Amino acid sequence: MKSGVLNLVMKRLAVAVVTLLIVLFAVFFATSMLPGDTASILLGQAATPEAVAGLREAMHLNDPAILRFVLWLVGLLHGDLGTSYANQMPVAALIGGRLVNTMKLAAITTLLSVPLALTLGITAAMLRGSVYDRTVTVFSIGVISVPEFMVATLAVLLFAVYLKWLPALSSVNEAHSLTDLVRIYAMPVITLTFVISAQMIRMTRAAVIETLSTPYVEMALLKGASRSRMVLRHALPNALGPIVNAVALSLSYLVGGVIIVETIFNYPGIAKLMVDAVATRDLPLIQSCAMIFCLGYLFLITAADIVAIMSNPRLR
Amino acid sequence: MTMARATTSRRSFLGYSYSLVGVVAALVILAWMLVAILAPYIIPHSIGDIVDDDYFGPMRQGLWLGSDYLGRDMLSRVLMGARYTVGISLAAVFIACFSGVVLGMTAAVTGGWLDTCLSRFLDAMNSIPSKLFGLVVVAAVGSSIPALILTLAVIYTPGAYRFARALAVNINTMDFMTVARVRGENTAYLIGSEILPNIIRPVLADFGLRFVFIVLLLSGLSFLGLGLQPPLADWGALVRENIGGLPFAAPAVIIPSLAIASLTISVNLLIDNLPQKIRDRDA
Amino acid sequence: MTNLVEVRDLRIEATTDAGRIVEIIKGVSLDIPDGEIVALIGESGSGKTTVALSLMGYARPGCRITGGEINVNGKNMAALSEKQRARLRGTDIAYVPQSAAASFNPSSTIMEQVIEVTRIHNLMPPERARQRAVELFKALSLPDPEGIGARYPHQVSGGQLQRLAAAMALIGDPKLVIFDEPTTALDVTTQIDVLKAFKSVMRAGGIAGIYVSHDLAVVAQIADHIVVLKGGEVQEAGTTARMLSAAQHPYTRELLAAFEPKPRQTHADGDAGAKPLLRIDNVTAGYGAVRENGLPLIRAVDSVSLVVETGRNLGIIGESGCGKSTLARVIAGIHPAATGNIVFDGKQLERAAGKRSQDQLREMQIVFQYADTALNPAKPVEDIISRPLAFYHQLDRQARSKRVDELLDMVRLPRTLRYRRPSELSGGQKQRVNFARALAAGPKLIICDEITSALDTVVAAAVIELLKELQRELSLSYIFISHDLSVVEAICDEIMVMYNGERVEQITPDKLKAPTHPYSKLLFSSVPKLDPTWLDGLVRDPELVSQYGHR
Repeated sequence: MKSGVLNLVMKRLAVAVVTLLIVLFAVFFATSMLPGDTASILLGQAATPEAVAGLREAMHLNDPAILRFVLWLVGLLHGDLGTSYANQMPVAALIGGRLVNTMKLAAITTLLSVPLALTLGITAAMLRGSVYDRTVTVFSIGVISVPEFMVATLAVLLFAVYLKWLPALSSVNEAHSLTDLVRIYAMPVITLTFVISAQMIRMTRAAVIETLSTPYVEMALLKGASRSRMVLRHALPNALGPIVNAVALSLSYLVGGVIIVETIFNYPGIAKLMVDAVATRDLPLIQSCAMIFCLGYLFLITAADIVAIMSNPRLR
Repeated sequence: MTMARATTSRRSFLGYSYSLVGVVAALVILAWMLVAILAPYIIPHSIGDIVDDDYFGPMRQGLWLGSDYLGRDMLSRVLMGARYTVGISLAAVFIACFSGVVLGMTAAVTGGWLDTCLSRFLDAMNSIPSKLFGLVVVAAVGSSIPALILTLAVIYTPGAYRFARALAVNINTMDFMTVARVRGENTAYLIGSEILPNIIRPVLADFGLRFVFIVLLLSGLSFLGLGLQPPLADWGALVRENIGGLPFAAPAVIIPSLAIASLTISVNLLIDNLPQKIRDRDA
Repeated sequence: MTNLVEVRDLRIEATTDAGRIVEIIKGVSLDIPDGEIVALIGESGSGKTTVALSLMGYARPGCRITGGEINVNGKNMAALSEKQRARLRGTDIAYVPQSAAASFNPSSTIMEQVIEVTRIHNLMPPERARQRAVELFKALSLPDPEGIGARYPHQVSGGQLQRLAAAMALIGDPKLVIFDEPTTALDVTTQIDVLKAFKSVMRAGGIAGIYVSHDLAVVAQIADHIVVLKGGEVQEAGTTARMLSAAQHPYTRELLAAFEPKPRQTHADGDAGAKPLLRIDNVTAGYGAVRENGLPLIRAVDSVSLVVETGRNLGIIGESGCGKSTLARVIAGIHPAATGNIVFDGKQLERAAGKRSQDQLREMQIVFQYADTALNPAKPVEDIISRPLAFYHQLDRQARSKRVDELLDMVRLPRTLRYRRPSELSGGQKQRVNFARALAAGPKLIICDEITSALDTVVAAAVIELLKELQRELSLSYIFISHDLSVVEAICDEIMVMYNGERVEQITPDKLKAPTHPYSKLLFSSVPKLDPTWLDGLVRDPELVSQYGHR
């Protein structure tokens, strides 16, 4: 039985690696399709043709795309992310500190939203059809139906414009005290929490409701089990797989959310960096940022699948 | 188990039962569709005309939705914005769902290497977060309307494929599929005549959901300044250009947001409250 | 004698999908005396499970107890609060479900679930509960009573799970046990063991029971009283002996009649028609990786040969997993054989259906067990039946419409049914449509895979009659696959017994009393008889049971 689980996990990891390669390939080629000659863009209009040709040579731009892809991959493996076109700085240096900022934002949001969403989702499923359940459902449909920037603007309107509790913009460098820290992170975290909790609540609720309608939960009811016992002992252990998936999938909404939130609150994270890079068409920077996001996303869904495999009693 | 199921008031008509929420949602969607088609003929001012001395003007007679950051009429701009938001999203969702569903059904019926390759490839596509995908592609091919439509369609095709394939795989295990196969039917008949009628309802619901996703992504991209480029402006772009009005809670920034919300929430509500055919057997 | 249970004028309503409210139990009254077992008999949809569950004060989601009294051990379950009911569930009244496999939580051990009742109601310390469970496992003659509790539900066979579910019900020393079709999903050879186990524990503990079933012969073995239910109303009630010998109500008589030996049609032997229509030689098929010798890893059908003569019927009988359905699919080309020859109407057939000619496909039709999945739910009946007419015979719209009418007449369905969808038909009607579609092709051979198994007894008998009539009119041949001996006996000229993928014996129906192969003996002797003393008097060769009764 144990070897069965191991096999499945290995298979899942292999799929993740293949997926990663396809994704990297896609990212590389999408960015390679950028219109205009990179070398002439870099050197500006005054550059001599010889200089452009020299730079092309130096950047391997004359090589076939597949070779450049392999070179890029090899570079990645050595930790060489390339040099930014915009300001000639190593991409790794540009990303470093900002990645930490984004991770902080993501971590705080996760710590806040996962327990909140699971509690709301599970309790809503337990009290299905009640006023509480309907309120939670309507709220979560509302939030997933609107764009992230709207949640953000509403949060700004409410907390910064009307209540004047919090500043509308973030500046991580100005954090001198704990209250400062809270004030800085509050708006982005509140917005992100709303955005990803809504999805998580809906999926958790659906997963629990589905297991609640199984014959073994009915059997528990006919043994005289209380409602909480039916949910905690019988429904939840079997809903674990779907719930973990829901959490992973929702956390991946962080990627989308973070892009908007960092932009709107001017938060110095990697998403903001990438949006700026797209605006300036800074190829190596876009590639690296996109790759980091995809890696994070892949890691999340692969981890969720592995947990789901491990939690399947038939494989224990 | 409590039996109190949400008994939203349903009424019946012509053998279908409707809920009031569904009808209202459908009317809102219909209204926006009409606006999208008729916008050029019904806007009170040209969208480029500066008609207000003040910027971020309040709502008042003649300027029913106030003015924007340049003093242009918001009502006209929102009505025209509907054209872009609804038009681009609809075109993209049609392409995405059509190709996704056809590929998904074909993969489910054919099986074998075609299914494996398609699934593996499209799953990999699916594991690129949509907003990121959008950013990268927009950076690469720009943001003309055709490019935006195609980008959005490509981003949401894998999801439509996955959904349709999962449904079709279930149908494919049914005995009537085996019966049709040993009758000698070809793949086109199998997917068109045996599978499609059985999955059309969930596929239509998925169409609606995907439309919502596309509207949200398009708005998000435009909000970031990477979607529709000026002078064209969809609802997301309207929020972006007027974001300066946020501290004064100007209608110019709130109204386009509400427009998006009214459309997406209505689609979601309509999906949850589709009319049901009454098919009770005489009991 | 006092009554443990007295139900008076019970009424239960259900809300349909479209929100309409219908009464599904219309004033049912019944008594269960102390320590006795009462059977609730009826076809699907008669409300028998609904009535049984109401004894626990429970109605499935969408249903509501609206009237009447349900007195169990002096308490009116209908009037109690949900908390009070929960206190009685598992202790006073316990439930044995139809599908134990689905009713065990897959992520918890069997022991944990068996003793859960004692935890919920604080009946005894867990250690004591485990000992008690092992005692029950022994009483229910489960193998490895000490160790079986540590396993997970998916690691145990269906017949064992069914008995474990009984242990789960009995651990709280209930006064009343509700059995909800507990042996319906089991094979006959397994059913015997489970029935015997149930009967002995119930008798030993003097426990009262209500036994829900559609199978009169099973009920005859275990119940003291029988209540016949139809359309949510009690048709007739009485002691088992009286119901079996002197039933009054026409519906009860119909149920009984289904057990009477049916008049068999005989085909004159040595007739001119005795030329082989289908011959298969040494066919082997299975699943899993193909090994070097060209054979699959798991052989579901192993070197089977058979012959079907024109105008005659071959029955294939065996228990679940014996390979009979795979054999049907192999013949039809759905599951291509690994080795072996199939000769149909004098011509060698390709193994895969996709390579056979259109005429070959047309002449051999297959009809599946579940009409629910065999008929496309999205299409009206006329579309379903007319597709083969258009596909094989290229009939135009008018000709098709006329032919659909004729086919509906043939299968004895009203012509107005053509506009309905499968979900608007009853089980028997669906199976007739399923059959009409096969007839529409104009076949020479129809493979019937368990086509009556999902039907109620009375309906199944009518379908078999129809098949016989059609055979006379259209000179068809059938291959009739079933696990039910009486069905095969009624219609077939030859019967082939399958076990573990192999053909063990082929006999004619008149020699059914004297099978030669030991497995056939075990199988035939396990079919329940209407005689209430049959189970107690049944003596089975323990060696045979251990060899073949592997479940």
